[in-house]
Amino acid sequence: MININEVLETNKMIEKENLDVRTITLGISLLDCVSDNVDVLCANIRKKIVAVAGNLASTAENISMEYGIPIVNKRISITPISLVGASACKTPEDYVKVAVALDEAAKEVGVNFLGGYSAIVSKGMTESDRLLIESIPEALAVTERVCSSVNVGSTKTGINMDAVRLMGETVKRTAEATRDRDSLGCAKLVVLCNAPDDNPFMAGAFHGVTETDAIINVGVSGPGVVKYALESVRGASFEVLCETIKKTAFKITRVGQLVAQEASRRLGIPFGIIDLSLAPTPAIGDSVADILHEIGVEKAGAPGTTAALAMLNDQVKKGGVMASSYVGGLSGAFIPVSEDQGMIEAAECGALTIEKLEAMTCVCSVGLDMIAIPGDTPATSISGIIADEAAIGMVNQKTTAVRIIPVIGKKVGDSVEFGGLLGHAPVMPVNGFGCSDFVSREGRIPAPIHSFKN
Amino acid sequence: MNRSIITVVGKDTVGIIARVCTYLAEQNINILDITQTIVSGYFNMMMIVDTGSVTEDFHRLTSGLEELGDSIGVQIKCQREEIFEKMHRI
Repeated sequence: MININEVLETNKMIEKENLDVRTITLGISLLDCVSDNVDVLCANIRKKIVAVAGNLASTAENISMEYGIPIVNKRISITPISLVGASACKTPEDYVKVAVALDEAAKEVGVNFLGGYSAIVSKGMTESDRLLIESIPEALAVTERVCSSVNVGSTKTGINMDAVRLMGETVKRTAEATRDRDSLGCAKLVVLCNAPDDNPFMAGAFHGVTETDAIINVGVSGPGVVKYALESVRGASFEVLCETIKKTAFKITRVGQLVAQEASRRLGIPFGIIDLSLAPTPAIGDSVADILHEIGVEKAGAPGTTAALAMLNDQVKKGGVMASSYVGGLSGAFIPVSEDQGMIEAAECGALTIEKLEAMTCVCSVGLDMIAIPGDTPATSISGIIADEAAIGMVNQKTTAVRIIPVIGKKVGDSVEFGGLLGHAPVMPVNGFGCSDFVSREGRIPAPIHSFKN
Repeated sequence: MNRSIITVVGKDTVGIIARVCTYLAEQNINILDITQTIVSGYFNMMMIVDTGSVTEDFHRLTSGLEELGDSIGVQIKCQREEIFEKMHRI
């Protein structure tokens, strides 16, 4: 039987160490909403989302109350809209109509973000993909809760450099379209390589075509819990360190598994995966950078950071996989800048640079995330950054992503406030040498030799 | 049976257990086990209770216990047992 120390330990994790379930994300297929009329399509989408997700928020709140575990976000991911809208949307404005319908549906069911205003263009772009991408700046400017993602490459297909070039321009246009809000639109836009079909985390979530009608995916969190656990093993060997991270990751994941199964049972929707991620928030003590500091690097970005992060990422997975039969999504440690107080401090004091962050993305679960850069950064340089990240993902057979915010009107040394979970960030310098001759080449980078496994 | 764990944490004072038990009796909730320790003047108690009869009204029970805790000056939480089972047992 459970003893009092175990109960107090769990409650200490929740109350003092910021243990929470970061998101319950309900994936919904919208393929059956397709119409050749955009107004009918919008009505179908609204109806489907409200019908499937109507009880999501209240169910999550009940689970949260009964188990005493905060469930921070309730979210929805949908079939990439470039597929759903292909028949109805003939102009970018048509796609914006769909974005508005999605935003209204998200508000009606009470979710804070809805992901899937997306196109999967890893090898080539259809006309529909191109129209959707063209509509992204306007769509993100006129909506509040819609998140957009574009997958520009994969290990199997190589990198679609035409899409990379277009996305550099799209990020810039999105920044311009939301310049009155510190270019906030770019915080809802992510460019991916090897995007998973079942990612519950925003802004890159979408409901892949490999998925069933509706599915529950849960993202766990808990950097604070890992950090506090490591405080008790200061100076100990790597073996002890790894063991402590694994045990903690196991406990965190089991809570996620419980919540996922319970949500699945109550909503009558199958359980998909647990995403084993250490997802930081701007709250004090909920930081991945603080874990790296506790492992032994003075600031995130100092020499040794990449090795420490590689170890952390691996141990989180090793502990987590035993706690859940179905692990998926991104799974690993997230290293966003603006959403992690320790990262913000490291960037402000000059310990952390974009180049070091790029190196760190080789060994963790995502990519360059929530980084503010000067508003006058050329679109071609942004495309270059996207291509670099996509190459890391392609060659290492992992997901990588770029979510950078060229803040219009701001320069290096300024600070930007995005608010809420998105946090605040110092504007970081970008290498001033250009790459326009590289990104203006047409076509795609071929798949790497080790992708030919057949 | 559907078991839940009630935890009471706060500064020790007269009648904490009595008042919590009285409240539970009024709600027709059976207590299965009580463990209690006092660490440097701080009262820590864990009760295992049967909440099989409480399905729809779990919210009412937790908020009722919270209010009771506020009136005694301690923190009272009621959580379903599975969260502890899952976390600490393989």
